[in-house]
Amino acid sequence: MKKLNSLIGAALIAASGMLAGSAYAAGGGEHSGPEAKLIDWTFGGVFGTYDKAQLQRGFQVFQEVCSACHGAELFSFRMLEKEGGPEYSEAQVKALAASYTIQDPEHIDGERSGVPADKWPSPFETVQDAKDANGGVMPPDFSVLAKARNVPQKFPNWIGNYFTAYQEGGADYIYNLLTGYNDAPEGVEVGAGQYWNDHFHGTGGTLAMAPPLFDEMVDYEGEAPETVDQYAKDIAAFMMWLAEPDMTSRKALGFNVLMFLFLFAGMMYMVKRKLWSSVDH
Amino acid sequence: MSHKSTYEPKTGFEKWMDERLPIIRLGYDSFVDFPSPKNLNYFWTFGGILAIFLVIQIVTGVILAMHYTPHADLAFNSVEHIRRDVNWGRIIQAAHANGASFFFLAVYIHIFRGLYYGSYKAPREVLWILGVVIFLLMMATAFMGYVLPWGQMSFWAATVITNFFSAIPLVGEGLMVFLRGAFAVDNATLNRFFSLHYLLPFMIAGVVGLHIWALHVPGNNNPTGVEVKTKADTVPFHPYLTMKDLFAIVVFMIPFAWFVFFAPDILGHPDNYIPADPQVTPPHIVPEWYFLPFYAILRAIDFNIGPIDSKLGGVIAMFGSIAIWFIVPWLDRSKVRSGAFRPMFKWFYWIWIVNFIGLTYLGAQPAEGVYVILSKTATFYYFAYFLIILPFLPRIETTLPLPASISESVLAKHKTEAAE
Repeated sequence: MKKLNSLIGAALIAASGMLAGSAYAAGGGEHSGPEAKLIDWTFGGVFGTYDKAQLQRGFQVFQEVCSACHGAELFSFRMLEKEGGPEYSEAQVKALAASYTIQDPEHIDGERSGVPADKWPSPFETVQDAKDANGGVMPPDFSVLAKARNVPQKFPNWIGNYFTAYQEGGADYIYNLLTGYNDAPEGVEVGAGQYWNDHFHGTGGTLAMAPPLFDEMVDYEGEAPETVDQYAKDIAAFMMWLAEPDMTSRKALGFNVLMFLFLFAGMMYMVKRKLWSSVDH
Repeated sequence: MSHKSTYEPKTGFEKWMDERLPIIRLGYDSFVDFPSPKNLNYFWTFGGILAIFLVIQIVTGVILAMHYTPHADLAFNSVEHIRRDVNWGRIIQAAHANGASFFFLAVYIHIFRGLYYGSYKAPREVLWILGVVIFLLMMATAFMGYVLPWGQMSFWAATVITNFFSAIPLVGEGLMVFLRGAFAVDNATLNRFFSLHYLLPFMIAGVVGLHIWALHVPGNNNPTGVEVKTKADTVPFHPYLTMKDLFAIVVFMIPFAWFVFFAPDILGHPDNYIPADPQVTPPHIVPEWYFLPFYAILRAIDFNIGPIDSKLGGVIAMFGSIAIWFIVPWLDRSKVRSGAFRPMFKWFYWIWIVNFIGLTYLGAQPAEGVYVILSKTATFYYFAYFLIILPFLPRIETTLPLPASISESVLAKHKTEAAE
């Protein structure tokens, strides 16, 4: 037993090293703005799955609002059919793709109507066009944006993240940003074409994106409230799915793998004990 | 092998082979009948864990290389392609990325076990030195691997690390350009890093072979530090240590699987999901967690020492912090091998471990305010442990009496357990 303790001790020491090293995920100690609100996402935790209806609403927000300026170069129409995703039917996706015109230099007219295998058409032809239309700033691509952002958390709160497998920092950041537009604090100059946001870069700052969402802007089919708060949650969930479209199957497989490992470890422990019981050690 | 071979070829093929290339004999003597101390604790299972992780990294890496595109314009999306479109790709990629972290976790435990039990002392100096060589190769491999996804942290890590070499007087600038293959980090850098990232693991595998060879000549150290005296002190490697190692390997796989399947990105930096952009410098450039202690040492030297400016001084301190491991066998003057019998050493050792974890933390913090002073203090203790404590502590330390043999220490332990 003493030996087992030493193993556990070693693991704890080493793990604390890993945790110490990952402290930067928390972003140091410069947090000054209001604390980010963490949402209880359906896709959080070991058994998390995406909410199909939420992804469909989020896609609607993306389609009607965001995609006017933001591209998503890794997003293809066929992904909308994926199991564990928005799960639109094959016919729906076909019809949706066909309603878009795709630039195709190999086609006789240089363009054609879309098919499910096509990528989501970019709102601007070149990076320069995108910058020119947006006050000199390129609207970031949405493909993996939800994984490229995180919310700052104070020590020691982030330590728990390793044990809860908190991977929703990007979605939380997007939600807080979209609901974080506010009057600039006193003494902060906000330039022309700039807007103050309490959560920009996690600390608050000015950015070139005007508040993109307003109440009743997108017409939802179901019961969901048509508020900025709800839109922000839905688009954040959609972006998380866009960045990690196979999360559900990964977690499901992971659960089986862990169960197997626990069983295997238990059996190996008994093998080892039986074997060593005849050795004075 | 130091112990007498007990292998007896039984089948006709084995006899035929044994007279031509006794490779079956080598395997049998090394991994079946190899006499191992019977008192090894679980810290001795990390060699096996590391061997498994080297295999995991090579196998997943070879598969990833089949789908990865080493080009500055395509690399970022090719990694996403692996995650999205390749069968099992997201698991293989996550296992490879997190595998690096767990490889380092295991290697740190393995190294620190050696430091505690004096495994570097005669006659195991060469074994230890080969281990330090493996660690340096691992660092180079991991660094170049981190560059391959060509995200913001990849790009800026490559820029910062290659820039170190420009600190070397006279040849520095030329060396930096040589390493980058261009004046700035670019496609040429990515290409050569990919090539070397594929090469180095096989060099690691080669040195691991030497490491195991150098282990099997003197045999394992053990928690008492008292050499094996008789056969009664040992058990055959198989099945006793193969099964014990396998148990430890499976246990170690549990947190590994947790990260791979449930938090594959938590040990990485979110900025690495932003494609590399030479025009935009991230606010904080931080290496992966396993390099942070050395990064903290690098940044702790922010002052000039005579003709050595702070940049060169930092680079010397950083490389020196690992290079010093090479001479640890000669720095430690204690006649007693195992830390278990050195009451004063124990304290300095555990402070050093906490200090190392502290450096890991400090490496992730901005170089300002109290962090700078703490980094300097921690860097001082890091070196003082090797240069002052290990050589001079034995002069004042009274060590505990050593057991006559491993078997005797086992008996004594059972007596105290029974008394409790």
